Amino acid sequence: MYGKGLKPLSIATVAMLAVSLSLVFFYAPLDADQGFIQKIFYLHVPLAMVALLGFIIGGVFAVLHLRSDDRKWDAYSYVAIHISVIFGVAVLITGAIWAKASWGHWWVWDEPTLVSFLIVFLLYATYYPFRYAIEDRDRQARYASVFAVTAGAFVPLNFMAVRMAESLVHPRTFATADGGLPGEMMLTFLCCLAAMALLWTTLVKFELTAKSASGQVKRLRRALDAPVSGGSSRIAPEVS
Amino acid sequence: MFLPLAAPALPLDEAGKYVAGAYVVFLVLLVVYLAIMAAKVQRIERELREVAAIAEERKDEREEVRA
Repeated sequence: MYGKGLKPLSIATVAMLAVSLSLVFFYAPLDADQGFIQKIFYLHVPLAMVALLGFIIGGVFAVLHLRSDDRKWDAYSYVAIHISVIFGVAVLITGAIWAKASWGHWWVWDEPTLVSFLIVFLLYATYYPFRYAIEDRDRQARYASVFAVTAGAFVPLNFMAVRMAESLVHPRTFATADGGLPGEMMLTFLCCLAAMALLWTTLVKFELTAKSASGQVKRLRRALDAPVSGGSSRIAPEVS
Repeated sequence: MFLPLAAPALPLDEAGKYVAGAYVVFLVLLVVYLAIMAAKVQRIERELREVAAIAEERKDEREEVRA
């Protein structure tokens, strides 16, 4: 069920990534101020936007779980947060590489954009031990959903606070109402954003399909009344 | 001419190293994730094989009882 449409989605993701990378290196003009280094932004900024949006989507799924008590939504929420945390790792590393090239430092602690993203990332990094610490699966799912809703609400608040704060050195990608980017750069950026959104969706679908298949195998084992080999994960929820 | 060779935006100077590093990190993360997913799929396949073997054993037992 979860694997439905995965093949065309994967193909679309690969195609979109290829188009985006081609646009980044062969179409988008060099930035007058930053030069070639600015090419990192086509990767770093879409990754950050999709990761933050993914955290919010995880919160929305958690709300649906709390409202319906359907474990499917808990699995959706877990997977959305899981993939967003992976994207978050990429955001932090690519950002640090850009910072080193541009500022000469891997990290700047008095820069609100960097520190706020790190806070959000570390907040979601606690999601796993928090989930893992609870044995009872129903309580685990409920508490994890409450966490996802609370943290999900924190993400846009945090983002707005950072936008309103006086940035010291971190550039603003959309500095003006019309985006502040020339046409070629904007087109490239939007393609990269679409590619990252597609990649996130594909990975979420992959993860859900794997969890669903694993859940079905366990159900089969239980139906056959056979002992389950290889301990089932207490962190990751199963979907049937 | 082969497109990457004709591309103007690939000078391997100081900036090029950092840009390449950022994109390689992204690629490596993606490959690591796919490798983990591949391991998961292999585990599911192995479990499925075990379940199929148990189901076949049960079927043989039932047929023996009937016989």
